[in-house]
Amino acid sequence: MSADTVNSAAAENLKASESETPSSKLARFSADEALELDSGVRLGPWQIAYETYGELNADRTNAVVVCHALTGDQYAASTNPVTGKPGWWSLMVGPGRPIDTNHYFVICANVLGGCLGTTGPATLNPETGVPYGLDLPVVTIRDIVRAQARLLDHLQIDTLFAVIGGSMGGMQVLQWAVSYPDRVFAAVPIAAAARHTSQNIAFHEVGRQAIMADPDWRGGNYIQEGVRPTKGLAIARMAAHVTYMSDESLHQKFGRNLQDRDHLTFGFDADFQIESYLRHQGMTFVDRFDANSYLYVTRAMDYFDLAQEFGGSLPNAFKNTRTRFCVMSFTSDWLFPTSESRRIVKALNAAAANVSFVEIESDRGHDAFLLDVPEMFQTINGFITGAARVRGLPAPGETAGSRP
Amino acid sequence: MNLSPTRTGPGEIRGDHKVVASLVPHGARVLDIGSEDGALLDLLTRERQVDGRGIELSQEGVNRCVARGLSVIQGDADTDLFDYPDRAFDVAILSQTLQATREPKRVMSELLRIGKEVIVSIPNFAHWRNRAQLLFRGSMPVTKYLPYEWYDTPNIHFCSLRDFVALCHELDADVEKAVALSGKGNKIPVNAPWWVWNLVAEQAVFLLKR
Repeated sequence: MSADTVNSAAAENLKASESETPSSKLARFSADEALELDSGVRLGPWQIAYETYGELNADRTNAVVVCHALTGDQYAASTNPVTGKPGWWSLMVGPGRPIDTNHYFVICANVLGGCLGTTGPATLNPETGVPYGLDLPVVTIRDIVRAQARLLDHLQIDTLFAVIGGSMGGMQVLQWAVSYPDRVFAAVPIAAAARHTSQNIAFHEVGRQAIMADPDWRGGNYIQEGVRPTKGLAIARMAAHVTYMSDESLHQKFGRNLQDRDHLTFGFDADFQIESYLRHQGMTFVDRFDANSYLYVTRAMDYFDLAQEFGGSLPNAFKNTRTRFCVMSFTSDWLFPTSESRRIVKALNAAAANVSFVEIESDRGHDAFLLDVPEMFQTINGFITGAARVRGLPAPGETAGSRP
Repeated sequence: MNLSPTRTGPGEIRGDHKVVASLVPHGARVLDIGSEDGALLDLLTRERQVDGRGIELSQEGVNRCVARGLSVIQGDADTDLFDYPDRAFDVAILSQTLQATREPKRVMSELLRIGKEVIVSIPNFAHWRNRAQLLFRGSMPVTKYLPYEWYDTPNIHFCSLRDFVALCHELDADVEKAVALSGKGNKIPVNAPWWVWNLVAEQAVFLLKR
């Protein structure tokens, strides 16, 4: 066995154990406490893995739910046990950060269909004793949010001070505000949309086809058969990764620079830096993510259309909402462009909702919400602080009841 | 976007803002169009405890407003008022913006639709200094209060106070109150007939109802 195979096998074992018994906190629900899914299936027993940061106050009013994106996880502000990397949003969440864990009790749960501890296709099906694979019912964003709401019931938290997330996390934020309007005081959907567009679905379909075309996918039963569709999953990731960056940022980072060579090789090796970079992204991704989870979670995004259950009218989705919204987009994001955020804002205006909308100048593309973008932090900080005042929570730098 | 730079020092409250604030009932639901850096909304939130929203054209202004905790969106008075339902706000405020809109009459009629009361502040193009410049110098007026040259001004639809009152009549809006101000935003204390104000006021604040 080569060192590479040993490493992959170790990663695979770690991934498998994290999907059943995660290092994070875990809430288990019995078959009697089944989750009613949009597909009509009752899913039970089921489990949801989550992390918390900060302390819940005595009134239980300072809880903030952070929703992760497609390939994110519950480790928003703590080390990911599989990759060993710092939390994916440690710039946003933590002591003294815009979501200040000295003041707020932050909850971040792995999504339903995910692979780091919440029930997903890699979870053992209690009826068969083998992983669900494609026997897991297809889940929706609404199901994902429903599971989170059940977690909050379990934690005895009635209302959230805020729900915040980017990309698919932003979709969950919108769904939270629509499904549970009385439980959400403030909502911050970042680089999100109220529906997945045709173009979005198209890119996801390319990724799914890449996975399913891998001979090692085995109709979704690769775990039982002891193989992994790493090539397919890596290609899916490569294709998706391109959509997360802007032309401008690719140009700046790589241009047409060659990878460890002075001349073109007249072959199909990775001549260009961008090729080498994408291959690396694909290869490292397969060590931390499950291929079937990728199918399920991308499908959940594709099915998302907030207006659908309101006769196609987005304003109706937000009718009578009392939630305060802060909608945010980035100039160079072409995957979830500003026009989609504006659509949300227009609908919120039509519902006479309390809304702020900020478009942030950035050349980093869709991924900007995960990066160090000071203007985003200032905006979130201002919005959260303002909302905390209205909510009667002591904002950072203030004690209860004091107001400048 | 600051269309009529009524300069104030840090922490100082602009005269026209003081007047507007005095016309807004406590706890009202307010839409402020042309929020700039949020100074007026902030004042209304602190002193009148309003439930305030804002629309601001420049993204830079919006970001500053949101960072100070105000609910403001990037938008345009010409295009973004249509989304709001009828009588969505107790008070709709248009500060020093009407003269920069493409269709002032439509904007005014939208304001009267979404606000139970409407407060509009406008510069007065018929102020005697402007008249004098046009009459004696034969050039488009440039004053301390209206500092733009004709070719770079964002103000494309100027009117006099008299013109504005005429537009209100045309739109069936009643002028409940009008306050004439100097360029610095000080109240002109005299109770004078219209033509006097139309000559000596550099700006005015109107409270309208329909």
